[in-house]
Amino acid sequence: MAVLSVKDVSKSFDDEKIINKISIELHQGEIVSLLGVSGGGKTTLFNVIAGLSIPDEGSVWLDGEDVTGKPGNVSYMLQKDLLLPYRTVVDNVALPLIIRGMKKKEAREKAASYFEEFGLEGTEKKYPAQLSGGMKQRAALLRTYLFSEKVALLDEPFSALDMLTKKAVHEWYLDVMEKIQLSTLFITHDIDEAILLSDRIYLLTGKPGEITKEIVIKEPKPRRKDFNLTEEFLEYKREILAHLS
Amino acid sequence: MKRKSQNITNRIWSCSAIAVILILWQAVSSLGIVDSFMLPSPVKVVQAFVAEFPQLMEHSVITLAEAFLGLGLGVLLGFVMAVFMDQFDKLYQACYPLIVLTQTIPTVAIAPLLVLWFGYEMTPKVILIVITTFFPITVGLLNGFKSVDTDSVNLLRAMGAGRWQIFWHIKFPGAMSQFFAGLRISASYAVVGAVISEWLGGFGGLGVYMTRVKKAFSFDKMFAVIFLISIISLLLMKGVDLLQKKCMPWEKE
Repeated sequence: MAVLSVKDVSKSFDDEKIINKISIELHQGEIVSLLGVSGGGKTTLFNVIAGLSIPDEGSVWLDGEDVTGKPGNVSYMLQKDLLLPYRTVVDNVALPLIIRGMKKKEAREKAASYFEEFGLEGTEKKYPAQLSGGMKQRAALLRTYLFSEKVALLDEPFSALDMLTKKAVHEWYLDVMEKIQLSTLFITHDIDEAILLSDRIYLLTGKPGEITKEIVIKEPKPRRKDFNLTEEFLEYKREILAHLS
Repeated sequence: MKRKSQNITNRIWSCSAIAVILILWQAVSSLGIVDSFMLPSPVKVVQAFVAEFPQLMEHSVITLAEAFLGLGLGVLLGFVMAVFMDQFDKLYQACYPLIVLTQTIPTVAIAPLLVLWFGYEMTPKVILIVITTFFPITVGLLNGFKSVDTDSVNLLRAMGAGRWQIFWHIKFPGAMSQFFAGLRISASYAVVGAVISEWLGGFGGLGVYMTRVKKAFSFDKMFAVIFLISIISLLLMKGVDLLQKKCMPWEKE
């Protein structure tokens, strides 16, 4: 059974249909990308899945439970790290636990126990402003993970990083994901990123946005370091580009 | 390091400006350009300040007590109002114009009324200070609450946070710097408000002292008390700055 399934979701704003009959399935431990151009309704879908907005039609299911329009079940991470400047890194990361009612001390300890695994050791007592962009996104991912160990939504999380940082973060990301097995729906407009990180890719095209193709990336994980330079990689890229244009 | 040395140079300029004014003032007075009875020289003012020091301190204590009590209550009122006005939009729309209206009434104009209603004791003075000090706090906090990042609020909502959790974790800490900006203004208003209300009647305080020395035409003592009031205001503002640094450690670097 899928951990997260989105069934026939449609949503309009001001009589303009943004997304039409979108269906997505995400299985345990999978990284699935939703690839599409900016303004194609990715963020609208994202808000529906997070429970922040109610779809006109369709439903969202988490572990067999209907969570349509109900926030508090799926956490997400954006391009903006959204770390609160007035909290130390460990307190930022512990925030979802505190919101759920865990005692501050306990939440802090639990959060701190993941710092090493996420490559964040030594940053506990720092403030976000003292961290580099890549480190901030690591902290944001850990916060997302602590919210829910089942499913996370990532909306273009790495698109604000420069190319070299991005490459390092991608390696780190695949490495961490291998360890924590977090099922992830990854929204992006970066084709290379989608192929590099995902097990499957949904292509979102047209107006209103519809899922018009699904591509399975057969390359096994953990992936080769030079996967993005291989012929297979290029083949996937050609296929996606041909479909998008 | 660079910043520090720049700070010192800035201070050199402002200090020299003050020094120039004092020297000119002393010259005008000593050379008899203005009658030294009308404009006592800075040296005379300092002498008066020293001679009157015990008296000034006695009155300061009263004024400061009023100022702190009024400021404390004003901050509390301002805070409560801001929180409720932020949480309940209808309350905001009903109260905001009223609050602005209270600020168009000149303090000096309502002070006599307050004296008539509440007598010569502390009450009318504290009320006047509350009226003048809550406003910067309320407005500062409201702006702070409204300027909160909606993406952060949405993230907390997605995590299942309720209205008050969002307030406590995002809105309140996010409004801190605006709160302190308001508090700086309120702190100086509190002292001025106390002095003004004492002018209109009372048994002690710097305002009462001022009316007394004015009636005796002791210009040197007048200047002494004026300087004392500005020093007190400056110290209070400095105190607010220190409190802000203490409460907002993340702003350091």
